[in-house]
Amino acid sequence: MPETQTKQVVEVGYGGNERLMMNMGPQHPSSHGVFRMILTLAGETVVGVDAVIGYLHRCHEKLGETLTYVQYPSIASKTDYVAAMTSELAYVCAVEKIGKFEVPRRAQYLRVVAAELQRIASHCLWLGTWCLDMGGALGGGATVFLYCIREREMVLDRFEELTGARLLYGFHQIGGTRYDAPPGWDKKVRETVDFIEARIDEYEAMLEDNTFFRVRTQGVGVISRELAQEVGVSGPLIRGSGVSYDVRRAEPYSSYQDFDFVVPVETAGDCYARYRVRMVEFRQSIRIVRQALDGLPEGPISSRPGVKSVGQVRVPKGEGYTRVEGARGEVGCYIVSDGGPKPYRMKWRGASFSNLAVLPHIVPGHKVADVVAIMGSVDPVFGEVDR
Amino acid sequence: MNAIADGGLAVTLPRERWQEFGRFAREELGCRYFNWLSAVDWKDQGLEVLCRVENLDAALVLTMRTRLAAGETACPTLTALYRGADWMERECYDMFGVVFEGHPDLRRILLSEDWEGYPLRKDYAVDTPFAPYR
Repeated sequence: MPETQTKQVVEVGYGGNERLMMNMGPQHPSSHGVFRMILTLAGETVVGVDAVIGYLHRCHEKLGETLTYVQYPSIASKTDYVAAMTSELAYVCAVEKIGKFEVPRRAQYLRVVAAELQRIASHCLWLGTWCLDMGGALGGGATVFLYCIREREMVLDRFEELTGARLLYGFHQIGGTRYDAPPGWDKKVRETVDFIEARIDEYEAMLEDNTFFRVRTQGVGVISRELAQEVGVSGPLIRGSGVSYDVRRAEPYSSYQDFDFVVPVETAGDCYARYRVRMVEFRQSIRIVRQALDGLPEGPISSRPGVKSVGQVRVPKGEGYTRVEGARGEVGCYIVSDGGPKPYRMKWRGASFSNLAVLPHIVPGHKVADVVAIMGSVDPVFGEVDR
Repeated sequence: MNAIADGGLAVTLPRERWQEFGRFAREELGCRYFNWLSAVDWKDQGLEVLCRVENLDAALVLTMRTRLAAGETACPTLTALYRGADWMERECYDMFGVVFEGHPDLRRILLSEDWEGYPLRKDYAVDTPFAPYR
């Protein structure tokens, strides 16, 4: 700080040169989980951030080494519990790649439908809670939240019809999916996405015409292109910083090469840019869901027997890293196999962990109220940060 | 140099050349994207540190790996090259006890400060009790 060179920094006093250490969290409502920040303040401006994570740590990587390939996928959904479909998918894709398991085309398409619906549900939750955090300036605060939760409920109803669960699904299994779409499900999904598509216009009208919303998000929490890459952020964050990087495009998995979609890119790098990227992603996800339902092939849903006769999966010796594009970015799984029924080593690359690591670099210089807006725009899920 | 299962390049390095090659990857190969860093415990053959960096424009994926001798825990840091290495190396220290020499703030990140042992080491049993719950 330049002013510290002329004025001695003190902890208490009235000279305008004092620093205040403020604790934010772990139970702060805006953290949507358990996350603590130790902020150093000069007046109301943040000059230092010490992020404390790990409150939700369950050591998933050790769990992965103690559970078999068949057992773990249903636990994998507990890493990113807001987008459980994609975290399961990351694990089973990794095992399928090393073990060279075939996945029938119908299963690949069902996986795409599930993953994109999950992205819609996750973005709904993000938008609602983020606007709730920024509070009263956005027309009563809870308005957008309630609308978004209403739409998310519709997607969760579709998941309930598909898998019987609303939050943690256990939908993916090695070699395919565990459940097939029930009769009439595709029609309901179409109705759902039609409904949500119309609502997105409403959200945009409600937010983008609101001066308070623009003031609180534009130019706030800017991540430069260079910083985004160096820290390894992914998903809407890196696309908001001018890097066109999407795993679905860079390294297509599960038949994503069959679908026509746009990867949105914004260059400003601020909260508003990240908001814009996610709003476009809503629409692109809806597009992909429609295409996948139109082209849903007939046939088996798994190359391995169903859930009641799981048996053991044996994976040859080897290693591999597989990544998928989750709602928050690149979700990856690195597996080392020694030929046994369990992985020798399993590493999660959680998108939220890397995305959150950018906070200490972008928060200093902002006011305390902006910390909430910035954290919401990063959209961390602490199950995935702490794993 | 050999390829690993996902098609990227893998380079096995001696520990002394870890930083030097990291700089080469960043400056010459343009691998600006720091994806992740972790380790594998090969029991009596020592720890292996892995780091995945990418050049997003050229779709170049590079996995750097270095083997530490048995019982050895010191590894040079990459924090001077990539700011993303900060949390990743702290996590690796937390889980494996790899001491990254030159890291500006090497403390535990996920576990509490008073935790004993390094959970992802192979000699750490899943049911190891933790004080005060022993």
